[in-house]
Amino acid sequence: MKVGLFVPCYVDQFYPGAAIATLELLEKLGVDVQYPSRQTCCGQPMANSGFEHLTGGCNELFIENFSAFDYIVCPSGSCVLHIKHHLQSDKNEAKAAAIRNKVYELVEFLTDVLKITNLKGSFPHKVGIHQSCHGQRGLQLSQMTELVAPSFSKPRYLLDMIAGLEIMPLDRADECCGFGGTFCVAEEAVSVKMGKDRVADHIRNGVEYITAADLSCLMHMEGILRRQGSPLKVIHIAEILNGECTV
Amino acid sequence: MKTTDKDHAALANEFNKDAPRVDWHDETLWWVRQKRDNAVKKIPGWEELREAGSQIKNNVLANLSGYLKQFEANAQANGVHVHWAIDAKEHNEIVLELLQSNGVKKIVKSKSMLTEECNLNEYLNLNGVDVIDTDLGEFIVQLANEHPSHIVLPCIHKKKEEIGELFHQHLGTPAGNADPVFLTETARRHLRETFLTRKAALTGVNFAVAETGEFVVCTNEGNADMGAHLADIHIASMGIEKIIPKRKHLGVFLRVLARSATGQPVTTYSSHFKTPRPGASTHIVIVDNGRSKQLGREDFRNSLKCIRCGACMNTCPVYRRSGGHSYNNAIAGPIGSILAPNLDMKKHADLPFASTLCGSCTNVCPVKIDIHDQLYKWRQVIVKSGHAPVAKKAAMGAMTRVLSSPVSYKVAGKLGRLMMKRAPFAVNNQFNPWYKQRELPVVPENSFGEWYKKNRNNKPKDI
Repeated sequence: MKVGLFVPCYVDQFYPGAAIATLELLEKLGVDVQYPSRQTCCGQPMANSGFEHLTGGCNELFIENFSAFDYIVCPSGSCVLHIKHHLQSDKNEAKAAAIRNKVYELVEFLTDVLKITNLKGSFPHKVGIHQSCHGQRGLQLSQMTELVAPSFSKPRYLLDMIAGLEIMPLDRADECCGFGGTFCVAEEAVSVKMGKDRVADHIRNGVEYITAADLSCLMHMEGILRRQGSPLKVIHIAEILNGECTV
Repeated sequence: MKTTDKDHAALANEFNKDAPRVDWHDETLWWVRQKRDNAVKKIPGWEELREAGSQIKNNVLANLSGYLKQFEANAQANGVHVHWAIDAKEHNEIVLELLQSNGVKKIVKSKSMLTEECNLNEYLNLNGVDVIDTDLGEFIVQLANEHPSHIVLPCIHKKKEEIGELFHQHLGTPAGNADPVFLTETARRHLRETFLTRKAALTGVNFAVAETGEFVVCTNEGNADMGAHLADIHIASMGIEKIIPKRKHLGVFLRVLARSATGQPVTTYSSHFKTPRPGASTHIVIVDNGRSKQLGREDFRNSLKCIRCGACMNTCPVYRRSGGHSYNNAIAGPIGSILAPNLDMKKHADLPFASTLCGSCTNVCPVKIDIHDQLYKWRQVIVKSGHAPVAKKAAMGAMTRVLSSPVSYKVAGKLGRLMMKRAPFAVNNQFNPWYKQRELPVVPENSFGEWYKKNRNNKPKDI
C-alpha cells in the first residue's frame, strides 16, 4: 500500500509539527508513506470564494502529484472534502475521479482503512474536541446533532485509545468556529464572535487542549486564545495520536 | 422604512458592536434550535418524514404547472376567485384593485412573507389603504417601522423592554411596563377593535392542496382565522411553490413544519379554507415573482421546496450573530441567501458569502434543501457574472498564480514567513482584518516541505 501524504499549504507553512506527526504516525503503523514535494494547495481558498474556475492549475498539479498512490492521506478534513467534491480535469478526468475516491482525511484513514484498534500513547490532559464542520458534516467523521441518528465519533474512538486523556463535554457539541476560509476576513466581526464563543465553551468546561482533525479551525481559535492571553492550547489530533508533542 | 446600501458584513459589524446583545440574540435563537432538537427526537421516523417531505416537494416542482391548473380548477369550483400575478408589482396591483373596487380603505393582514417580498404594505399605504398586521410579532415591527428580521419570529431582534417602550409610545401603556402578558393583552384588545371594523383580510398560504382546491394557513395566534372570518373579503397570497398534490400530504408537512420552526408538535391553528361563507368572497393571488426563473436554474431549483419554517436561521451561527436585518432582504438567513440572488443578483451578491458553509442549515431543513451546497454554487455564479469586488478578484488572481506553481509557492511561502518573522508589523497591523482581534500563527523555522527534505532524504523525492 503506497500512501501519498497531502499536506495543506497553510499546514506546510505554519504548522509543520502536525504534518510531521501525521507522517510519523503513519510510519509507525507500518504504512509506506511518501510526501510528493511538488504539491502546493488543493485550490479550496479560491473555490470557496467563488473562483473555482481558477483552480485548474491546482487541480492538474494535484493529479500530477498524487495519481500514482493507492491512497492519499491528509490531516485536514476541509481540504479532503474539497478534493472529493471539486477535483476535476478536462485532460485527466479518469485520474481525477480515481483521486476523488482514494483521498482520505487522517482520522477516517486510521479507522476505516487501517482499522486500528489500539494506539500506544499518553496525554494526561482534559481535551475538548472541536468538530470541524467539513470533516463532520462533509466527511461524516462523527454524528451531527441536527440529525436523529445513532451517535458515533471517529476522532473520539481514536482519542479514547490514549492513556490519561479525558474528553470534556461541551455545551454546543458541533457549532462552527467561524473560520470559513476568506469568511474570516470578509466577515471579520461575525467570524471573531463565533471564534470567541467557541473557545468560551471549551474554557467553561475546563478544557486544557482543544483538538480537531482540521488545523484551520484550530489556527482560528488559537489566534483568539493567544490574543486573549488564555492558557488554553490547541493541538492537532495527529500530535496527540502520535504520542509526541512537537509543538 | 429603513433601506440600506451596506452589505451583510458591514451591517453585521454594526450589530456586533454590542456584544452582550449579540449573546442575547444568539442564545435566544439557540434555545429555539434546542426546542426543535427535542421535538424531532420525540417522534419516530423523523428522518423518514424529512425524506417524504422532500420527495413530495420534488414531485411538485417536477409537475408544477399541472398541479397549479388542477388547484385553480378546484378552487374555482369551490367558489373561490383565482388571480395570477407574474411579479410583485402585478400582485400588489391585483390586491389594490380588489380593495378599491369594494371601497375598502382599511385591511387586516396576518403574517405573509410573500407580501413582505412584494412590499405590499408600502404600496397599499402609498395608495391610501391602511394595513394593520395582526400577527403580534409583525404588529410590533410595524409599530417600530421595521421589517421582520425572521420569517417565523418577526420581532425576535427586539427585547421585551423595547417592546414595552414602543407600546408606551403608540398604545399609551404605562412607561416601563415590559411584562409580556400585559403587553400581549394590550395588543390583543387593540387588535380586536381593528378586526371588528375591517371589511377585508389578507393572509398568506402555507399549503395549497391541488386535489381539493383548499388552502391551509398555519398560525399560533388564530389571527388569520379571526381576520378572514370577520371580513367580507378574504385575499390569500401564495407563491406558486406552495402547492401540495393531495390533502393526505398535510400529514407530513404539518408534522415537520411546527417541529422545525419552534419545536411545537403542530401549530396552534392549522386553518383550512375551502369555500367562502355566504355573502363573503375569497380571492387567491398566485404569484410567480421569479420563482419560475429559479425553477429553471437546475442547481437552485430545489430551494423552492422551502416551507418557510425558519429552522435554517435558528441553527445558523452567522444569522444568530448578525441578526436578520443584516441580510437586507425580506427573507434572511441561509434560505434567504439562496433565494435572494435569483431576484436581484447584483443587489444580493453579498449574501451567499455570509456563511462559513458549515452545513448545519442543510441538516435541519425539513425538506432536505442542500442549502450550503447552493451557497457554494451561487458564489461561483456571482463571480462569473462579474459581481465580485475588484480587490478580491485581484487577490484571487495573484493567489492562483502562486499556488499553481510549486516553485513560486515555495518562494512565496519562504518570503512570507521571513517577513512575518523579520517585519511582523507588515502583517500585524490594523489593515489586516485577521489581526484586529486575532494573533497570527507563530512562524516556524522550516516549512514541512523543508523539514521533509532534510529528514527523509533517503526516500525518492517523487514518484
